[in-house]
Amino acid sequence: MIDREQVLHVARLARLELTDDEIQRMSSELSDVLGHIEKIGELDLDGVAPTTHVVAVTNALRPDVVAPSLARDVALEQAPEVADGGFLVPSPQAG
Amino acid sequence: MSTDLTELTASQAVAAIERGETDATELFEAYRAAAQADELNAYLWVADAAPGEPPPAGAPLAGVPLAVKDLFCTEGVPSQAGSKIIEGYRPPYTATVVAKLAQAGAPLLGKTNQDEFAMGSSNENSAYGPVLNPWDRTRVPGGSSGGSAAAVAAGSAPWALGTDTGGSIRQPAALCGIVGLKPTYGAVSRYGMIAFASSLDQAGPLTRDVADAALLLRHMVGHDARDSTSVGFPGEIATPSAERLDGIRLGVPEELTGEGSGVEAGVMDAFNATLQLAQELGATVESCHLPHAPHALSAYYVLAPAEASSNLARYDGVRYGKRITGGGGLPEMYTRTRSEGFGAEVKRRIMLGTYSLSSGYYDAYYGRAQRVRTKIAEDFHAAFDAFDFVVTPTAPSVAFGLGTKTADPLAMYLNDYCTVPMSLAGIPAISIPNGLSEGLPTAFQLAGPAFSENRILDAASALQTAIGFDGSAGRTR
Repeated sequence: MIDREQVLHVARLARLELTDDEIQRMSSELSDVLGHIEKIGELDLDGVAPTTHVVAVTNALRPDVVAPSLARDVALEQAPEVADGGFLVPSPQAG
Repeated sequence: MSTDLTELTASQAVAAIERGETDATELFEAYRAAAQADELNAYLWVADAAPGEPPPAGAPLAGVPLAVKDLFCTEGVPSQAGSKIIEGYRPPYTATVVAKLAQAGAPLLGKTNQDEFAMGSSNENSAYGPVLNPWDRTRVPGGSSGGSAAAVAAGSAPWALGTDTGGSIRQPAALCGIVGLKPTYGAVSRYGMIAFASSLDQAGPLTRDVADAALLLRHMVGHDARDSTSVGFPGEIATPSAERLDGIRLGVPEELTGEGSGVEAGVMDAFNATLQLAQELGATVESCHLPHAPHALSAYYVLAPAEASSNLARYDGVRYGKRITGGGGLPEMYTRTRSEGFGAEVKRRIMLGTYSLSSGYYDAYYGRAQRVRTKIAEDFHAAFDAFDFVVTPTAPSVAFGLGTKTADPLAMYLNDYCTVPMSLAGIPAISIPNGLSEGLPTAFQLAGPAFSENRILDAASALQTAIGFDGSAGRTR
């Protein structure tokens, strides 16, 4: 049901590179799981509102007060590469 | 005191410290030694010393140490969510619930192993190796809070924090013979929990008994300005005291206990025996219906992976964790980092979630699953008009052998059959040990309306006494 082309398309959207082995396994496993999931297609859900959130909270607001946040050097501490007080990444144009 | 300090429940340890019979530092050291000697792979990190200062005078948890699931951020202490992609990550801040418990006098003992990003029901998806079940080391402890459950069951922690998205506190508690409680969604802050599925994730206690669960939960709940989905808890979590269940109406959903539920015979026998005990304590027991419950797992395996695929987009090798380069530019770096950093189950769920959110499939999967979620919540509302609690076995089987379900994702997902419906409805549920089958723990689950934790704990406490489960066997193996 989920063929190789679809697996590759979804993997590209998710920024994952799969080995041939993984592609094959993913194709059969996702097909199995989606086959099970498709049973919800049998339900009559006309007029049923979707639930995005179970708690009856709308617009959780707080006073807009200035408070200290993480210091820049602390925020950068765990980064693989930093330069000039920012996160350093490979060029988006390269490759 | 000459007795082994680690034999005390957390509540007993608090009382012993308050009476001056036990010293908090000695207690911490006893558990630190036990955690360091752990052979179950339950811990990924153990504190190298007891806290330098004693707990503040009058701190309600008196210095009784706490094991914490790896995915809670703890400042300066590895917080890896069981994943290689953030191996060695030491966050610059601490999760609200961990900070609150430390403030209440429960210092951090260690970080416990878990399925990678909390995705799993057996702890075999940890990048740091599986956790073994203390009742039988050839079997899984359940997941995803498997390290927390195994540590508490084996006695290397007095109590532990876990998180539950579709059963990840209750199911490992069940398989390890301890108590696990998933609170009402929003009762506990999620700030500093490494996210899996944000509309479902909730922190909760794993403990040796119901009183300990109540005590820990009392100091966990509360609104947090840093989590806009937290609502706090109306009133206080009380110490459970009920001995009887007079007038309590228990509903047994046919959809989760009858044919097709997949609950094995030994687990069902133990469940039925406890229904009998409940009646002897004064409860009424009747069957009820949750008509959409058989579809809960399907809805869950659309919604949770969809949220996960979005939440896990942040692991891109830019701000923290692993980065894999090797030629090419930024997009190639993203892809290499993620492809090498994530394990098989995480990739599977990211793929599933990305697929169901992708153009052309959104309405058929994600949109429908959200509507099923509404129906499931309505089913529970209707059930609670006639019943105080809905009760089920927690897990359909006792702990299964390591490696026996890893090849079949769908079979693994069926472990969550009885726990996922409550997660989708956002309601609280507790799992308590319910005797043995084949020499291994089985468990009984009670679920109630939103914010009914006090009534659930009371009923669970009365049942616990009647069941008389002896968990000490788990601590000697």
